Amino acid sequence: METKDTKRVEKPFDFKANVIKALGNRQLRSNLKFAMGSMTAKRKALFSDTAAFEALRARGNAIRRRALLQLPELLEQLERKCTENGITVHWAETTDAANEIVLGILRDHGATRVVKGKSMVSEEMHLNRFLGDHGIESLETDLGEFIIQLDGETPSHIIVPAIHKNKQEIARTFHEKLPDTPYTEVVEELNAIARKTLRKKFYEGEVGLSGVNMAVAETGTLCLVENEGNGRMCTTVPPVHIAVMGIEKVVEKLSDVPPLLRLLTGSATGQLVTTYVNMITSPRKPGEKDGPREVHLILLDNGRSTILPDEKLRQTLQCIRCGTCLNHCPVYTRIGGHAYGFVYPGPIGKILTPQMEGLDRTSAIPTASTLCNACEEVCPVQIPIPDLIRRLRNESYDPDGSVCGHGVKRNLAETAVWKAWALVNRHRALNAVGTRMAGIFGPMLPRIGPLAEWTRSRNRPEFARKSLHDMAREEGISDE
Amino acid sequence: MNDTARERILGRLRKAVGQERTLPAVPPPPETPPLSRDDKIERLNTLMTAMRSEVHLVPRDAWVEKLKAILQEKGLTQMIYAPGTPIGDAVAAAWSEGEGGLPALRPYEQAVESFKEELFAIDAGITGTAGAVAETGALILWPDETEPRLISLVPAVHIAVLDADRIYDTLDEAVEKGGWAEGMPTNALLVSGPSKTADIELVLAFGVHGPKALVVLVLT
Repeated sequence: METKDTKRVEKPFDFKANVIKALGNRQLRSNLKFAMGSMTAKRKALFSDTAAFEALRARGNAIRRRALLQLPELLEQLERKCTENGITVHWAETTDAANEIVLGILRDHGATRVVKGKSMVSEEMHLNRFLGDHGIESLETDLGEFIIQLDGETPSHIIVPAIHKNKQEIARTFHEKLPDTPYTEVVEELNAIARKTLRKKFYEGEVGLSGVNMAVAETGTLCLVENEGNGRMCTTVPPVHIAVMGIEKVVEKLSDVPPLLRLLTGSATGQLVTTYVNMITSPRKPGEKDGPREVHLILLDNGRSTILPDEKLRQTLQCIRCGTCLNHCPVYTRIGGHAYGFVYPGPIGKILTPQMEGLDRTSAIPTASTLCNACEEVCPVQIPIPDLIRRLRNESYDPDGSVCGHGVKRNLAETAVWKAWALVNRHRALNAVGTRMAGIFGPMLPRIGPLAEWTRSRNRPEFARKSLHDMAREEGISDE
Repeated sequence: MNDTARERILGRLRKAVGQERTLPAVPPPPETPPLSRDDKIERLNTLMTAMRSEVHLVPRDAWVEKLKAILQEKGLTQMIYAPGTPIGDAVAAAWSEGEGGLPALRPYEQAVESFKEELFAIDAGITGTAGAVAETGALILWPDETEPRLISLVPAVHIAVLDADRIYDTLDEAVEKGGWAEGMPTNALLVSGPSKTADIELVLAFGVHGPKALVVLVLT
């Protein structure tokens, strides 16, 4: 079977060019419009009882905040419990380190074939490309991920990774990339093709790799949520299971799982529960007849620990990766996930990406928001995404900010303009001159210079010929 | 090197959260009136049927006959079971060689390494359950040394037998009353239907990697 992994795109990130390209793709826009409309409707139907939903959301929020406030202790407890249970725990500061740990485990077993369940952390690691470079077949087995891997693409959505494609495109991919596969647009037949192809791969897989939706410190349990059964296959059939997890995904207690699960599946796909909730607490015990003999858990930092100190920005780490903010975002639903240029698209990407990658490369991303607040209203753990977007926009200009790459957008002309503005508004005489000048020169301003761009899609502000002060004076009202 | 990565990460995290911390309280789950036994059966049946499970309510002493009728109708060739479990033993005791249209019984007796090829060729599997959750409509499976994990995953048809007295109202209740926190098994599962996907144009299709059909026998 022919699979190719995403080639590293070394072109500098040009968000504006990506957006223009995406907006011009009519197929993409119609796919997204249909899919996002359907997903938001399903979610709304499930959470129809507003009071109950708000109560559940408050629980989810408190659980996640408690967990983050105790993160170092909970990770140590998780490590201790997992180790007691027979799971080997690894720590990785960077994605490179995490990749090396995976490779080391594969080499210990002489493994060359990995079957993979869906994992956004493995996307952060660009794991498939890394393993491919080392001669190891790393095969995505989630149907959506399988499709995009065949096309050498990356996920465009956290939950439904191939949502940018329609069945004709998928039919063509299967026909061209999988041997002896006739062209069919029937969805059931496409699923059957994937089932047949991947079943053999599960059977042959030497190592299974998965993500983790949440890990329970109290018991050392890894929870995985899915509908297809490929996650269970990857974590049960091969003799070795490697789980990769962002360090923020730990929760305190097993009793935290039911409410978070409800919020996660309800927000992600409008389901009361997924087909499978897979809770893994140990490798195969003596006497058990199946399941992996070795389970490894890799805890990845990749910048998360630098997001934690700031009490506001910390809320970014509450995210449970349900993807509902994407579905509700008027920007995401028009440009899709690839335009954002990094692993996490949509509203959560707008706050997560700059903090992980640095504002110097990504300061354009938080600007792609209308601040309509839809993301905050639907967020199952109440992350104030618009507030954090505003904060990151400010950080882009702030030489004294705290986020990596802060102040990147600061420029002399703008600084000078604001200094002048402050000066004019502090001094009465300057203010009087200023308002008069605005009345005279104002009407021509937006047609020239950098402001011309600004008024292309906005109404040109009209300056009054006379200031309020002047009019008041003419009416004989004293402004003293 | 890994130890230092651990220390560096934990060091940053400790510094980030500091010593003085006010932990928010987690509000308790909402008080809901407990469901009656019949209501729980009804809700589980409705929700699981909506997820394309085939749910049958059968009297406790007649389930094996019902099982045989279902299997004959489906025309399956081999069924894997777990010897040493109440369900497995009841099935084995009720099977006789060559009984018209019934699948051949295959015990899961050895480690998967020496059994994988045969396992992947079997088209039905039968397991017990450790209960169910009425609120969301899901079975609870706790595979163990007698009942292996792959019986409920690899064969195209999974048959699960549920004692109607073991249906919990909510997952919160199952976790609490079942004392899960005191000892989790190697693998605990919730299963709400046959395997499914909506990854192609959000069209819901069943049987993508796991079982194509889930048959639930609820013993009333």
